[in-house]
Amino acid sequence: MTPSAITSYQIPTARGYYGEFGGAFVPEMLFPNVEELRTQYEEILASESFRTEYEQLLRDYVGRPTPLFEAHRLSEKYNTRVFLKREDLCHTGAHKINNTVGQILLAKRLGKTRIIAETGAGQHGVATATVCALMGLPCVVYMGSVDIERQAPNVARMRLLGAEVRPAVSGSRTLKDATNEAIRDWIANPVDTHYIIGSVVGPHPYPDLVARLQAVISEEMRKQLLEKTGSELPDYVVACVGGGSNAAGAFYHFLDEPSVQLVAVEAAGHGIHSGHSAATSVLGTPGIIHGSRTLLMQDADGQITEPYSLSAGLDYPGIGPLHAWLGASGRARFIAVTDDEALAGVRECSRLEGIIPALETAHALFALGQLGAGPNDVVVVNLSGRGDKDLETYMKNFDKLA
Amino acid sequence: MNRIQTAFEQKKNLLNIYFTAGYPALADTLPLAQALVAAGADMLEIGMPFSDPLADGPVIQHSSTLALANGMNIKTLFGQLGPLRAALPDTPVLLMGYLNPVLQFGIENFCREAAAAGVDGVILPDLPVAEYEEEYADTFRRHNLRPVFLITPQTSEARIRHLDGISEAFLYLVSGPGTTGGTGPADTTAQDAYFQRVEGMGLKTPRLIGFGIADKASYQRACAHADGAIIGSALIKALEGAPDAPAAAAAFVASIKN
Repeated sequence: MTPSAITSYQIPTARGYYGEFGGAFVPEMLFPNVEELRTQYEEILASESFRTEYEQLLRDYVGRPTPLFEAHRLSEKYNTRVFLKREDLCHTGAHKINNTVGQILLAKRLGKTRIIAETGAGQHGVATATVCALMGLPCVVYMGSVDIERQAPNVARMRLLGAEVRPAVSGSRTLKDATNEAIRDWIANPVDTHYIIGSVVGPHPYPDLVARLQAVISEEMRKQLLEKTGSELPDYVVACVGGGSNAAGAFYHFLDEPSVQLVAVEAAGHGIHSGHSAATSVLGTPGIIHGSRTLLMQDADGQITEPYSLSAGLDYPGIGPLHAWLGASGRARFIAVTDDEALAGVRECSRLEGIIPALETAHALFALGQLGAGPNDVVVVNLSGRGDKDLETYMKNFDKLA
Repeated sequence: MNRIQTAFEQKKNLLNIYFTAGYPALADTLPLAQALVAAGADMLEIGMPFSDPLADGPVIQHSSTLALANGMNIKTLFGQLGPLRAALPDTPVLLMGYLNPVLQFGIENFCREAAAAGVDGVILPDLPVAEYEEEYADTFRRHNLRPVFLITPQTSEARIRHLDGISEAFLYLVSGPGTTGGTGPADTTAQDAYFQRVEGMGLKTPRLIGFGIADKASYQRACAHADGAIIGSALIKALEGAPDAPAAAAAFVASIKN
């Protein structure tokens, strides 16, 4: 398909395809669950009662709208006009809660009484445990046993919020395996359980569902930009991509505005071709992961390989099908940023703007120097999360930050 | 008429045994198959190991991980199937696995080489039925490979009838919610009702019950409601740490059949 044939990047086909990517490759055991969601999510999301409750919780509980902050010192340094969308100021410290608030309201309307989720760094797990506490629903979060070790504070948060954290001990024991375990739980509990996926990944309708629930980010950006710059449209929107939920939210209302350059920043780890990287758009090839046809990191036999990034939120071996399509069609530009460059981004944002960003977000911040933006350009970086959760990593790498 | 259909015409209470290719050792495929069939297995379902087997429980996950570490892949397996087919000319052989490795091998290549190696049917749980019908059915048919579709307690009657209509092998009745290797429910009332509901539908396609079938009692209970049963995880468990894997496999089948 040529870009001219595309009517909208926002809306997947009825079968959940963005271009050649997407679909719902689930075993029959999951077919009724996914089908129930697919046939009902659009109507529920559009309903007056959902909109009212979702918007109220986003305002009064999450703290939306989040500010759009003009970062004068970063602007000066890069000789362009930089704005930061402050998702780090959301309750629980990242954009993840926009999705979990929406999905738990959806789960309630589907009559579900039990919630499961997967988590890597623990941000989505905390955001899910939070809304489960709020709604009084039991919550099981699957987390790779390796991640449980390296993200102890978030494990403690989830437990404090009343969630059960179950270790995924198969495979590489990280995010990919936690997702497998959550899917297996859903197979075993097909009737009463809703699975809150944390990113724009998984079988249709999840990529579309999560993108719509994160779209509030770019909806607010447009209003705020109009106020601050006189135009709803920036020249660049920059976001980091693991699975891609914050990027999907930041891009969403600009997807069909061709004047806006969309920049997705992946984790290069030790370097794209170092063998320790998570730059899926470069290293990935088309295949099936977690029920979706998309780009993923795999060997010649189609076995899924383990990505690497210092940031636990970006080391997913796939990428959401929307992003795979944005890359393949040329709509978005992909940049890869290494661990060390991301740490430089942490340092710079901390010192120049007094904001300690999450390590994931710092990948997007480092890309500011690679955009080629001019002095009159407006650049919005989605500041997807705050750095508190990464303090231990930052302390270990203080020589690169001091 | 292919080997799968012939088996259902000639036999009752079919025992289909699953094992993971490359487990416990890379070269075990042929000796295990021979031992299983000699001991009374009526059909073989050979697992193509995958890094992320979503529908499988810990036992088959573990065997898959070890099989991959042993170097098993589809190409190697096809190399082993020729001699297997020569040694067991009449036994229906199915390949079970996940879609991604098959896609990377190439669907046309996969079907052609599988057929050439004497494979009769294929079970790919994460290949959706609609996708199969639109994208893959022609290729499968051209190579005379029969797909096997799964049904679960949640599968609607209309969908079961549709699957029955497009099946030319057998329907795989998943016994209950959960991945492979689970134990059956303590109270079998709901499960029996599900088995009886499907049994009473008058389907044209034979049915095998799998997931949670682990011993003689559960095999016999499955046979009471279907044309036979599929056992996988319990056999893999029997192979774990066994000094002589084919002997352990034969002893396991004997414990079910005798």
